[in-house]
Amino acid sequence: MAVYIARRLLLLLPVWFGVLTLVFLMRVLVPGDPVDIMFFGQQTNPEVRATIRHELGLDRPLYVQYGKYIWGVVHGDLGTSITTQRPVVTEIKSRYPNTVVLTLASLTVAVSIGLMAGILAAVYKDSLIDTVSMVLSLGGLSMPGFWLGLLLIYIFAVNLHWFPVLGSMSPKGLILPSVTLGVIASAVLARIVRSSMLEVLREDYIRTARAKGIKESTVIIQHAWKNALIPVVTIIGLQFGALLSGAFIIEYVFAWHGVGELAVQALQKRDFPLIQGIILVVATTYVLVNLLVDVLYAAIDPRIAYQ
Amino acid sequence: MVYVRETTQGSAAIPVTEQRWRQRSGARDFGRALFRAAPGRIGGCIILGLIVIALLAPIVAPYSPVKIDIPNRLTGPSAHHLFGTDDIGRDVFSRVLSGSRISLRVGLVSVSIALAIGVTLGMIAGFYGGIVDLIVMRVVDIMLAFPGFLLALAIVAMLGPSLTNAMIAVGIGGASGFARLVRGSVLSVKEKDYVTAAHVIGATNGRIMSKAVLPNVLAPIVVLATLEFPVAILAAASLSFLGLGAQPPSPEWGSMLVSGRTYITTAPWLINFPGLAIFITVLGFNLFGNAVRDAMDPRLRQR
Repeated sequence: MAVYIARRLLLLLPVWFGVLTLVFLMRVLVPGDPVDIMFFGQQTNPEVRATIRHELGLDRPLYVQYGKYIWGVVHGDLGTSITTQRPVVTEIKSRYPNTVVLTLASLTVAVSIGLMAGILAAVYKDSLIDTVSMVLSLGGLSMPGFWLGLLLIYIFAVNLHWFPVLGSMSPKGLILPSVTLGVIASAVLARIVRSSMLEVLREDYIRTARAKGIKESTVIIQHAWKNALIPVVTIIGLQFGALLSGAFIIEYVFAWHGVGELAVQALQKRDFPLIQGIILVVATTYVLVNLLVDVLYAAIDPRIAYQ
Repeated sequence: MVYVRETTQGSAAIPVTEQRWRQRSGARDFGRALFRAAPGRIGGCIILGLIVIALLAPIVAPYSPVKIDIPNRLTGPSAHHLFGTDDIGRDVFSRVLSGSRISLRVGLVSVSIALAIGVTLGMIAGFYGGIVDLIVMRVVDIMLAFPGFLLALAIVAMLGPSLTNAMIAVGIGGASGFARLVRGSVLSVKEKDYVTAAHVIGATNGRIMSKAVLPNVLAPIVVLATLEFPVAILAAASLSFLGLGAQPPSPEWGSMLVSGRTYITTAPWLINFPGLAIFITVLGFNLFGNAVRDAMDPRLRQR
């Protein structure tokens, strides 16, 4: 197992390095002069521009900039935000926990709904339950998150006054955004759980269990669903990525103060160091979560680690 | 997948008339399988309806989508304004109608970009193998390390906010999926006898790739392209919603939603009609995409 984890980590390093390079290249590849972009193309004093250029290290050769960037990242320095003049790391640190909370809450919603709907649909295949849950799943798949979010705000916050409308960082304020994100993610999950469960239900050991006269509910709970879960774990990892990028939109809709909302603000102001920092942090999180999923996968299904 | 292979593979040995007959019957089987179940039919109808709306929008829309009419601002749905008016008095119905043109174009352009980049990369990686394959696939791995539409977000951040840039960004973001798929299919196809035969008779690599390999990896590409369509439309609408795609006064659905959200308490029609339009469009393409996938799979078709 330790060897397996070490090997996965080693494989991850070049990918992460690639991500780092791509994020570095973002600013380099931006068409036009980066200092121009910071000033939104306004006329500025050439001396001021030269000073900024020097401060940002833009007057140095590209490989020096690259080396400095990597050195900075390794030492936890992601540069300084142009709009707030505070270190990017500080900005992200103050927002990151909120995004983690939102993502985990959404994941909980997604997994509970997805598992329930998927298992029920598989167990009662071709019944009304199956049809309804698959129609709902397709609906969820087609739902724009920002519209669902606004609808929930309209119904539950504006009309029913059950929840705060916007920008509440309380546990109550967490419910609507995490339901929005979670419901959409559960759509994919339900489909995967259903097909995985159907496959397991055809296995010999299920037939054996039934032949032994075990109650159907025991067959489902004791024998089937744990095995059906194996492929689902991978999808949960992928869905985590969807939740992370979905959080960018949902945080913006609900004014939830996470890195997503911060990113949208930075994007609108073209605050490049901040955008780069957030993208790097979110991509790194995703890469690490996928590593965790791989390890989890091997732990659930010992056959994987020995392949 | 058998469908395309049947029609293209080994065609030299079959007389032309029989080959035509086979092609026709293959296409007919496929069409029948595609529209046999309700989802395929509903999805097809939605898409057809959208295309008609997009074509007729300038003729049937009661008002210009950008005509400002301040005295009639924020009026609810009525006989005069079916979907109401927005904060500067523009007719929401006309805007939603012409938004369909943008949405369809976004889907088409983004998926074409993803196809062009992804298929080329996957083809080159799978066909040449070795170091080329290694480099291309590592780049693809790096692209896949960005979750969801974060890569598109990063690209649009670089290029600057506009609808064209959003389409490019969404296209590049979707390319990695195609590259992976095509590479995998090419790896299995290039071992076939007819590819070896083409090598033997001295065909150039470019010719082999386009004439022998591509037609035989087409089926999974078509499936992924139809499934990618709704994803692209949704991603571009999301970018517009964040202010990074279509810019005002464009009647793009995502940007209509974001400007309407300020009036959520007083004018909910400003968010509901564009939202519903996105939902129905994406649903239609999802239904159709699933039907295409099922129809392409011969195991499912025979049932």
